[in-house]
Amino acid sequence: MKPFRRKIRIPEQLIWPIAALFILLIFNFLFTENFFHIEIRNGKLFGSLIDILDRASPLMLVALGMTLVIATGGIDLSVGAVMAITGTIIAGLLAMPDFSILSWFNLPASFSLALCIALATGIIFGACNGILVSFFNIQAIVATLILMVAGRGIAQLLSNGQIITVQNDTFSFWGNGYFLGFPFTVFIVIIGFAVCWILIRKTALGLFVEASGSNPVASHYSGINIRMVKFMIYGFSGFCAGLAGILVAADIKAADANNAGLYLELDAILATVLGGTALKGGRCFLAGSLIGAVLIQSVTTTILTRGVPVEYTLVVKALVIVMICLLQSAEFRRMIINRFRKTGK
Amino acid sequence: MRKYVALISFLVAGLFLWGCGESQDQQPATDNTPKFEEGKTIMVGFSQIGAESSWRTAETKSIQEEAKKRGVNLKFSDAQQKQENQIKALRSFITQKVDAIILAPVVETGWEPVLQEIKQAKIPVILVDRGVKVEDESLYATLIASDFVEEGRMAGKWLAEKLGGKGNIVELKGTPGAAPAIDREKGFHEIIDKYPNMKIIKSQTGDFTRSKGKEVMEAFLKAEDKNIDAVYAHNDDMALGAIQAIEEAGMKPGTDIIIVSIDGVKDAFVAMTEGKLNCSVECNPLLGPAAYDAVEKILKGETLPKKTIVKDQLFDQSVAARVIDSRQY
Repeated sequence: MKPFRRKIRIPEQLIWPIAALFILLIFNFLFTENFFHIEIRNGKLFGSLIDILDRASPLMLVALGMTLVIATGGIDLSVGAVMAITGTIIAGLLAMPDFSILSWFNLPASFSLALCIALATGIIFGACNGILVSFFNIQAIVATLILMVAGRGIAQLLSNGQIITVQNDTFSFWGNGYFLGFPFTVFIVIIGFAVCWILIRKTALGLFVEASGSNPVASHYSGINIRMVKFMIYGFSGFCAGLAGILVAADIKAADANNAGLYLELDAILATVLGGTALKGGRCFLAGSLIGAVLIQSVTTTILTRGVPVEYTLVVKALVIVMICLLQSAEFRRMIINRFRKTGK
Repeated sequence: MRKYVALISFLVAGLFLWGCGESQDQQPATDNTPKFEEGKTIMVGFSQIGAESSWRTAETKSIQEEAKKRGVNLKFSDAQQKQENQIKALRSFITQKVDAIILAPVVETGWEPVLQEIKQAKIPVILVDRGVKVEDESLYATLIASDFVEEGRMAGKWLAEKLGGKGNIVELKGTPGAAPAIDREKGFHEIIDKYPNMKIIKSQTGDFTRSKGKEVMEAFLKAEDKNIDAVYAHNDDMALGAIQAIEEAGMKPGTDIIIVSIDGVKDAFVAMTEGKLNCSVECNPLLGPAAYDAVEKILKGETLPKKTIVKDQLFDQSVAARVIDSRQY
């Protein structure tokens, strides 16, 4: 190997999602009008690229949690439902004075209190998954499927199946506010990522997580408390999903229990996998998952901005994703290169 | 560990069974309408889809309250979005020997066997808000519903008048394949196609939801910017999302961009009083009065047309403030 490769140190798994994102952006640069156009309106940056970051941020948060869960060899299908629950709870606490617990204790409906309760609920639901998976050894896909189905029902129960509209400036700022010209949601993702990265890469926790995913038996005998690690990671995933749910609700200033976070678990898994983390567990790439999430949102925004007819939208999206996956497959790349070499002769 | 797994699965299974048992018991238990006149009380069974939207909750309330008002003994059953629950409820209505059945079918197909049984029991069936596909039309008495195509036409006519027959429109469509989405698009296009200077420049699905409506509108604004004169949304929720996107782009919804939508939910009226939404075509869920009128006519021996269209109203900003307090959903 040449010496300079060690200095850059971008893991190979990250190169392909970055390349795919780059290709997509170049395509838009050449063929989509105004895509790279960014202007300042009312002190905010305004343009498609900013939209992509803003829209992708809930998915990025969920993908952070999902990446760690997948690294432990599990999966969390319940994130979408948890989003619906926390969104409903925070909106309910802020908008409906007679909404459950607060009125029992005669507490005022302040934003910070509502935020804490909603986030705590997210963690509790995540921890429930953790208990089922780590202490009762239920397969992750089954354990989290329960909450995926039931969770949305809980959210609908809490909201009586109605959309709860909220008029609260602080709440609205979390979804729509701008800070230093950038959407506030982007800063939340940056903070979330920084905390995650430090915990995973600068402490032993990351080693524990990846070890318990790649070889649970060996990790157990080397003294890692796998159960505790898994339990905590599921709790963390619940926290991420909870935060994302709050952002999604704040974005439209309303909690929509029927639709908030619907099918987002699939996007989060896709973002994680596109970002280079293998579903079988082990090594994880936090930055890769963020790139994966941005990539997915870029495809969506491109489709919407270019005006692809409704009937073709899903097919186009699928084709782009398939191409990205093929690009990532070493096997496929080898085939293509061999084909070129043969014809070259 | 296995023991625990077994235990938990037993518990879960038990919960499900318990849930099923309870929902069956509920039907007679919910019958709390008092009999007003002995001997002459009409008994009606109503099988509702569920309570998935405020629109449907309003429909249920309308039918229940109208029953109380008219002294009808109503047997209500909520199917929680499942056809098999509706069929079960219909069979229980037969055994209870109701005088008439009101049915809001969750899907269009698969009703023939149970409707046949009802016909043999000589009970008339009134369908509300959605139709069924059956070969033998005598299986039901009438369908009481809004005309989605007409709603689209009303929105189109209002917009054409407002814009003076000229302008660029973006369309936020409903879920692809859903009957309201197809028909509301059809009716709107019928009108707009007559005006050569009115163009639908962008059209995308917002899945009938606020967040998707907002996201799609954001993308439209980036692509077209100041080029958009009007938004046509297939339901109010998408329009409410679009309003937020327009505000964030530094424009004034309702003035810079005209917004028309359909449904007439309460939040839409709030937006209209704030001047952010221009017009909403009501899709009336208050079908109670029409349903019992039909029941009474049939019991008197009259035959009804196969389809009874509920008149929908159009509300714009000029009337919104006046009627907002009387809105029930």
